[in-house]
Amino acid sequence: MRWWQKPASDTQITHGNRLWLYILATIIMMLLVIPTFIVIPMSFSDSQYLEFPPSNWSIRWYDVYLESPKWMQATVTSIQVGILTMLLATPLGTMAAYALYVSGHRAARAIFVCLITPMIVPVILIAIGTFYAYGRVGLNNTITGLVMAHTVLAAPLVMIVITSALRNYDLNQERVARSLGATRVKAFFVITLPQIKFSIVTAALLSFLTSFDEVIIAIFVSGGSNATLTKHMFSALRDFIDPTIAAISTIMILVSTTLLLATQFLGPRQK
Amino acid sequence: MASHSDNQSAETPTALPIRIQGLTKKFGQFYALDSVDLEVHSGEFLTLLGPSGSGKTTLLMAIAGFNRPDAGSIRFGEAEMILTPPHRRNVGMVFQSYALFPHMSVAENVAFPLKLRQVNATEITDRVAEALATVQLSDLGDRSIDQLSGGQRQRVALARAFVFRPRILLMDEPLSALDKKLREQMQIELKHLHQKLGVTTVYVTHDQREALTMSDRIAVINQGRLAQVDTPHVIYNQPANPFVADFIGESTMLPLTRDDSGRFFFESHLISADEPEKAGSDCSLVIRPERLFVIKDQAVDTEQTIVFPGVVRDFVFQGDTAFAVTSISDKHDLAFRFGTDASSSEHSMQPGDQVSLGLNRADVIIIPRATDL
Repeated sequence: MRWWQKPASDTQITHGNRLWLYILATIIMMLLVIPTFIVIPMSFSDSQYLEFPPSNWSIRWYDVYLESPKWMQATVTSIQVGILTMLLATPLGTMAAYALYVSGHRAARAIFVCLITPMIVPVILIAIGTFYAYGRVGLNNTITGLVMAHTVLAAPLVMIVITSALRNYDLNQERVARSLGATRVKAFFVITLPQIKFSIVTAALLSFLTSFDEVIIAIFVSGGSNATLTKHMFSALRDFIDPTIAAISTIMILVSTTLLLATQFLGPRQK
Repeated sequence: MASHSDNQSAETPTALPIRIQGLTKKFGQFYALDSVDLEVHSGEFLTLLGPSGSGKTTLLMAIAGFNRPDAGSIRFGEAEMILTPPHRRNVGMVFQSYALFPHMSVAENVAFPLKLRQVNATEITDRVAEALATVQLSDLGDRSIDQLSGGQRQRVALARAFVFRPRILLMDEPLSALDKKLREQMQIELKHLHQKLGVTTVYVTHDQREALTMSDRIAVINQGRLAQVDTPHVIYNQPANPFVADFIGESTMLPLTRDDSGRFFFESHLISADEPEKAGSDCSLVIRPERLFVIKDQAVDTEQTIVFPGVVRDFVFQGDTAFAVTSISDKHDLAFRFGTDASSSEHSMQPGDQVSLGLNRADVIIIPRATDL
């Protein structure tokens, strides 16, 4: 029997019958991925302008990026803000998720929805609001301000990841630990935390990425020496288009993909 | 075996009595516990038995400290516990879900309460080994939890609950996740373990047979109140009210009338000449189906036996026993259960057959019909 004559699943549908599905799925995946990866060959172009496919190859735009103090400064800012956001959003989101999950209070559901609204409302609204609010208190163009705004975006992701981890966890374990002599805090750290740690790592990586990839809020509230990489890229696209952008995009895709793959590999290891 | 007949002051170091007074817990307008008074004697095995939603688990969780009652008192010995957090109550607890720690080995699970008490390492090793030996899991200390069967997990949960020598042990339907055979085997083992440890034990179940098998006393709970607290024997043979009569075992309840001289009648049958302690006139007769027997000899002594002539309506063979429903009047049926051994001639019973059912007067149970519960 040839492979297309074999059943594709427990049903009698063969791979041959499913061929249309495989082709459709492939097309959809290509459509999703190609626009992202098209910048990769463009970044290795020798041309002055963004060009696809490149007529000549070089890595000169990587050199431009790495040797530009302005781009380096922005990169450091982005990483700094990303890490600080991660360090703030992960514990805050975890605590909120845990409290709302454990309390069983009538208002818990409403509070949860309230706390994840930053994921739902258009980011531009948050950006405008934050910009005016920060204008009053002098937080525009500061690392602190940007970290706070990014934490607002990242914490809901943490809450969703941690809540789903807690749903698969038997909270009676904590009760047992308490009956056996552990304080509530100790029961959380010794019993619960080790069992949701991979979800916490996943949530932390997602927080970092949320901040690292974010551009809209950064355009409004970051600036000067504290402008992020994404903000600089946006300005560069507007003012002068050269393949440096493609080179930076390629590096960012690499970072994002690596972190996301890391979360995927961590996920299944958690029981 | 430590039993409450040893008298109260002889509180052994292994056990503490639990004294609950006026315990009330409300969820909104709903009374999960409604002014419950209960004393669990030192070293006793007491079962909280009730249907789901009766408040039995709420009561257990209040004893463990996982919910804060709205009113009342819980004392362990003389010490008031109502405000004491769970980790300072020194109570061993076994949950229905076992709640073993999957990121620790069997031995680490059992060692957990000892580590929290800063017992030194060699003593921990000894006591863990001893506890695992007690539950017959000596060889499995290094296993991880997901390598264990349901029954083994149950034993680990038990060992972990008693290894630190708590003076009170609480169990929330610990056997309900096991299959029937293993459950029955574990019931006997748990009973032996209780006798060995002598620890005051409060056990929650909705399974009446389990409660009758294991308990020194049973507290039947319904709608947040105690319906009756007594030994399995008394609970079964002298239920205090219709709820207990109906919930425990099978029963048929027949309305009784009372004549001027205080005698109880069911229709024309004289049931009881005097029942002085049951003052009310509104009473029911409770008949256990297995206490009825078929009368073949017409010259039966009616001083000893009440005779209900009737017609068989339904007949069901159930293996170890068979079950028949017999009409004894226009309105009333009697459920009747009998053995299926070769010597019993009731096998040949057919719907429509005339039959006389006898009840020994010693098996008469009279309860007040009005349910103030």
